[in-house]
Amino acid sequence: MRASPLATAGHYAILCLLAVVCVFPFWWTLVTALSTEGNVFAFPPTFWPRSPSLENFAEVFRAIPILAFFKNSVLIAACTVFWKLALCSLAAYPLARMHFRGRKLVFGVILATLVLPSEVNFLVNFITVTKLSLVDTYTGVILPNVVTAVAILLLKQAFEEVPQDLIDAARVDGASEWTIFTRIMLPLIAPWLATVGILTAVEAWNEYIWPSIVMSKPDEFPLSVGVLYLRGTFGSSTRVIAAGTVLTILPTLAVFLFSQRFFMRGMDGAVK
Amino acid sequence: MKARSTLRGARMQAWIFLAPALTLLAVFSFWPVAYGSLLAFTDYSLVREMSWVGLDNFRYIFDNEMFVTGLKNSLKFLLMVPVVQVGAIALAVLVNNQLPGIAWFRAAFYVPVVTTVSVVGIMWGFMFHEQGTLNYVFMQLRLANAPLGWLTDDTLALFAVMFVTLWRGLGWYMVMYLAALQAIPKDMQEAALLDGANRWQQFWRITVPMLRPTIMVCSILSVLAALKAYQEVDVLTQGGPMNSTFTALYYAYDQGLKHLKLPRALAASLVVSSICIAIALACLRYLKPRHR
Repeated sequence: MRASPLATAGHYAILCLLAVVCVFPFWWTLVTALSTEGNVFAFPPTFWPRSPSLENFAEVFRAIPILAFFKNSVLIAACTVFWKLALCSLAAYPLARMHFRGRKLVFGVILATLVLPSEVNFLVNFITVTKLSLVDTYTGVILPNVVTAVAILLLKQAFEEVPQDLIDAARVDGASEWTIFTRIMLPLIAPWLATVGILTAVEAWNEYIWPSIVMSKPDEFPLSVGVLYLRGTFGSSTRVIAAGTVLTILPTLAVFLFSQRFFMRGMDGAVK
Repeated sequence: MKARSTLRGARMQAWIFLAPALTLLAVFSFWPVAYGSLLAFTDYSLVREMSWVGLDNFRYIFDNEMFVTGLKNSLKFLLMVPVVQVGAIALAVLVNNQLPGIAWFRAAFYVPVVTTVSVVGIMWGFMFHEQGTLNYVFMQLRLANAPLGWLTDDTLALFAVMFVTLWRGLGWYMVMYLAALQAIPKDMQEAALLDGANRWQQFWRITVPMLRPTIMVCSILSVLAALKAYQEVDVLTQGGPMNSTFTALYYAYDQGLKHLKLPRALAASLVVSSICIAIALACLRYLKPRHR
């Protein structure tokens, strides 16, 4: 079945139109950040940078501690990924491969968090974090995001796909559960660890409300929060705000474009 | 004897593996729901002893114009559910092929999903500006005679915010549907075509029924997301102009964090949660998937 060239052209035309709607705000922001001349807002709008330079980006570096924000975001994302992979795979392994009483119940309890009304958990979590003296610490930002049902679910499925023979062989050789877990299981599910890790990194990077509650000192903000701080300080300079915005999304965009298949697969696994 | 103790050891091991994750879930997922529901019936504040106040907080919020508007607006957000689902299915069908460059289109549709909400707010603030691109397009297409105040006109602002949630959500559902489309056996579609079905019949008779479970799951998720929308409100309008873009949870967020009226905020969120749970249960009972 080959479609006619006309149908294919029409198909591409629709795709292009929709893609423009999706991507235009990014393009406009990039153009504004690169331009140094003319009005920011004008009829007709500028669709191409005028006398492009990196001046606006330099201004961002002078105006706000964006390198510190960047470092904070990297730290938060890296720690969230590390602890999530560690704790969720630890939890997923017995659920997938060990026999113990209460396994189904535990799994049900974990799944229940998916339907719990969790949107404003941060209100009570802030009390908890205050009681634990974790306000203004990255531990406070990271802890509530470390364990998620989705991650446990995905990793449990990954563990279930490992052939039983490998485990039995290792048991016969006298390996402990811990050795089996770290030396056999974890390397075998590495692609799934990567999937969960990348999804988590992007989520953690984008998290906005919770870190803005826990962290109160501007120097310690992650980028997602700090970029709004830029809007507060430089209310008038749209170009500088646009430049800051570009700097904030660039890392996620890069990660996303280079690891698209992980995103698609993560979702695929979640559907099953 | 030895066998039994190793068995018990193995059981212990399972719980040791599970313990850290379960502890964190208990503290940060279950406790806030339980304790939060309790606090909704008190006058909790950081400065004094709390006492029970019964339904006072609920009476207060239902008398409060901002919350009532918010609740109505949250229900209006439900209008987006069919739009998002139909749009996402259409997108998924459009990108479910091997045309050259199709991966780039998939990426373009998904990019809004991986963009942090604060940046979304800033960028759409630019788009919605009086002299912004959207007004230019509307005036070129003669849909408006003068620039519209997308975020400053109290009859338009809510729709502007709703549009941004649509823009943010489409890609996510598209990937869900794409995965479902790719799971449909190829020979089934080809058999239909061989039997003389046209593309249209093939879509309605084969594709849609096969997508049914996914449509159900996505619709429920979409309903819940619509009722719980508030982050876009925060970064675009902060509830204004004239409180016209308040949603129920934005009220909770606003009261809880900006005015430190925690019990009121938790009462509002409990109302939203109850509606969500009721809808989810109704959907699950009514639309029980046939095969799963």
